[in-house]
Amino acid sequence: MKKYLVALGTLAILASGCSSSQTTSSTRSTDGPITLTLLAHDSFTPSPGIFDAFTAATGIAVEVVQGGDAGQLVTKAVLTSGNPEGDVLWGVDNTLLSRALEANVFSAYETPNTASMDAALLHDIPGHEVTPVDSGDVCINYDIAWFTSHNIAPPLTLDALTNKQYANLLVVPSALSSSPGLAFLMATIAEFGTDGWQSYWKSLRDNGVMVVDGWTQAYNTEFSGAAGKGDRPIVVSYSSSPPAEVIFADPPVDVAPTAVSSLTCFEQIEYAGILRGTQHEAEAKLLIDYLTDLTFQNDLPLTQFVFPARNGAILPDAFTKYALRPENPLRLEANVIATNRTSWLDEWSAIVLK
Amino acid sequence: MAQETSFLSAHPIYGQSARWLWIAPTAFFIFMLVLPTSQIIKHGVTLDGFFHVLSNPSVRKALWFTLWQSIASTALTVILALPATYVLSRFRFTGSRALHTLITVPFLLPTVVVGAAFLAFLPSSLHYTAIALIIAHAYFNLTVVVRIVGARWEQLHPGVEQVARTLGASPLVAFRTVTLPLLRTALTTSCAVIGLFAFTSYGIVRTIGGPSRSTIETEIYTRGVLIGDMPGALALSVLQMICLTTVLWWWAKRHPHKPIKALLNVERTTPSTSRQRVLVYGTALVTAVFVAAPLIALFWRSIERDAPGSSTFTFSGWSAVTSDVTLSSITTSIQFALCSTVIATVLGLCVALGVAYGSRRYIWLERISILPLTVSAVTIGLGILITFDTPPYDFRSSWIITPLAHSLVALPLVVRILLPVVQQIPTGLQSVASTLGASPLQTWLTVDRPLIARACGAAAAISFAISVGEFGATSFLTRRGSETLPVTIARLLSRPGDALRNQAYALCVVLVVVSVIAIFIVDLLRPNGKVN
Repeated sequence: MKKYLVALGTLAILASGCSSSQTTSSTRSTDGPITLTLLAHDSFTPSPGIFDAFTAATGIAVEVVQGGDAGQLVTKAVLTSGNPEGDVLWGVDNTLLSRALEANVFSAYETPNTASMDAALLHDIPGHEVTPVDSGDVCINYDIAWFTSHNIAPPLTLDALTNKQYANLLVVPSALSSSPGLAFLMATIAEFGTDGWQSYWKSLRDNGVMVVDGWTQAYNTEFSGAAGKGDRPIVVSYSSSPPAEVIFADPPVDVAPTAVSSLTCFEQIEYAGILRGTQHEAEAKLLIDYLTDLTFQNDLPLTQFVFPARNGAILPDAFTKYALRPENPLRLEANVIATNRTSWLDEWSAIVLK
Repeated sequence: MAQETSFLSAHPIYGQSARWLWIAPTAFFIFMLVLPTSQIIKHGVTLDGFFHVLSNPSVRKALWFTLWQSIASTALTVILALPATYVLSRFRFTGSRALHTLITVPFLLPTVVVGAAFLAFLPSSLHYTAIALIIAHAYFNLTVVVRIVGARWEQLHPGVEQVARTLGASPLVAFRTVTLPLLRTALTTSCAVIGLFAFTSYGIVRTIGGPSRSTIETEIYTRGVLIGDMPGALALSVLQMICLTTVLWWWAKRHPHKPIKALLNVERTTPSTSRQRVLVYGTALVTAVFVAAPLIALFWRSIERDAPGSSTFTFSGWSAVTSDVTLSSITTSIQFALCSTVIATVLGLCVALGVAYGSRRYIWLERISILPLTVSAVTIGLGILITFDTPPYDFRSSWIITPLAHSLVALPLVVRILLPVVQQIPTGLQSVASTLGASPLQTWLTVDRPLIARACGAAAAISFAISVGEFGATSFLTRRGSETLPVTIARLLSRPGDALRNQAYALCVVLVVVSVIAIFIVDLLRPNGKVN
């Protein structure tokens, strides 16, 4: 009999568990003030309560819904083009943008805030299908202590990585499965040209480059400069990785353990856009305005380790001190990426993944 | 004798009531599997896509690699798991329950995390090799053999083997000629399940195998999601479905279910001779070390800080465990797991009872119940997205989709655990009860239920485990409200910085503890299986 009581009790707890999660999610369909759904990738982590100011000013609530990494997000947006899962999408970047634009995923809108953005950020979107929200750079990072103790100069250019003295020192995330990995491939194509990058990667391969699945594995497992146990002192990561090492250090440190080679950077721009087919287009425009408003933009550096798209946004000290903003990052035209991405990736995997 | 009744005809006592059991599982399969898959295929499969994708040399390499690694993984898993299965199903000893629970743990951890912990144990010369991948598959799937084969082994009377020994057979010969044939159904079932898991494995292949070892499943993801070649991805997905389904049908034809006359549950013995004690505790210890070592590494990493030249220790990462975000993701994970456990166990029981009590008409239920394992997670995830997209059927981002998807992944295993047990209940006992005047329901409650309850416990534990650790199909579904524990861990690991990594690994330990407690409770609920 006791056994049945236990079983009954378990069932009761369970039933309450199921129904409580149901009530929390069904409250959104009640009438009254409009709730906008903001679709975002899993790395979208703004400060809690960041949308309170928006709701207070407009009466519109915002529900953030996450759906995988940036690649998954764009894939789903393409499949549901015209009948979207939400109203606004955060987090398509310039390496993926062409796929979304070809599928006509977005409804164009030009926010007045673009007036205070650099022209370079707007270059790829003359039709204002999406709005730039932040940018960052994918660069070669290296372990300062390793190069000091081995008395070797760190590699400052992409070309240098093929030198014998850097043999077996570099680890990169795969261009097929990781967004910084793809950006690094783009960097080499921008540097060596659409006909030259293949022989560069052959030299990298012969010089012992290690290719791993994703950024987490490259940086946290194989790289020696982060607290992982890896033994490779050169890695592909972000220009904002050194400040992150300082901010998340415990106990606090004054000097970042890693540094960035500024001539190896490829610029990644993140965009937000109104999803075509939304029932709330007017309200969605207000949300795009808010995402590019200084209130929201100032929150970005320390919560997501990116540079705000707006000029005039305040950068925290750790950022200005440790983050590097390359003067002339490597760039590729969006339409060049669009036409060639598939064949580049096939060629790349044939050269590198043996 | 009643037992001689062909299993292909309806059950003499329950046959009438079994007629309705197929409805719920069939509806579930149609809505969660058939509709989404056919929608996505209709959406994007072209003949051109097939030719294009098959002419790609890297795809052909992936096809071959998928095939041989899944066979090798299955073989290694069975070899590593059999000693522990024997010891656990034959003997009662100190720590046997704990060991049983421990073996289940790897199965429910997010692959990204265990992948990292597991790599720490292999010499770096093995990193990103096929060998590492195969060992990892064995590590994850141990519990499949221990639970499926163990459930059967527990029912074999040791006397059968002892008779053979008395007649002069060596232990090995007695095992090969007496025990092995009786275990064959359970063994082939677990081989099929592990083979399917290894064939369609995704997370482990990506973390441990490295980017140059791609399988069909990772190729589908790469083409569909990262390159944006949806026709190519779907062509591969259809190819995988056709291959696996064909193999399964061929296998089902060759090994039709022949319920063996049940040898009722027997009391496990305590090891008595010193040889037995060495055998039992030695096997238990080796297995425990193999399973626990990577788990200890998780704890180690949650407190370890790397300072130049030396390591220091801190528990500051553990403060994150009590934060609101973490607590709500723990709650979400447990709620989803409980919901999907109930759905999967109830539907699985419907299938098992329907097939066992109904006539041969319902054998197809058992056949289709393994299909979820043959369809790639990407296909199901994207299929759900474009199927349930029109009001009032706009369920694609409703919370219930996640536990439903978890149940879909767990159901094939649940059916495979329950069906052999239900089929092996002797009709003799039921006839006796029925002759004495019991109604079918009374008969079922007094005769069948106690025997089935035990297997239900095992099935529930497996579905709970699958739900808590699931990161594949559901990482595709859009989440409303708070994230599950595996998602939180993956997010923390995706940023640089020591403190965040400590937090992530602290959460991994929490995940292990939560699951261990849950499985332990379920295991305790199982009756001890003595039949009077």
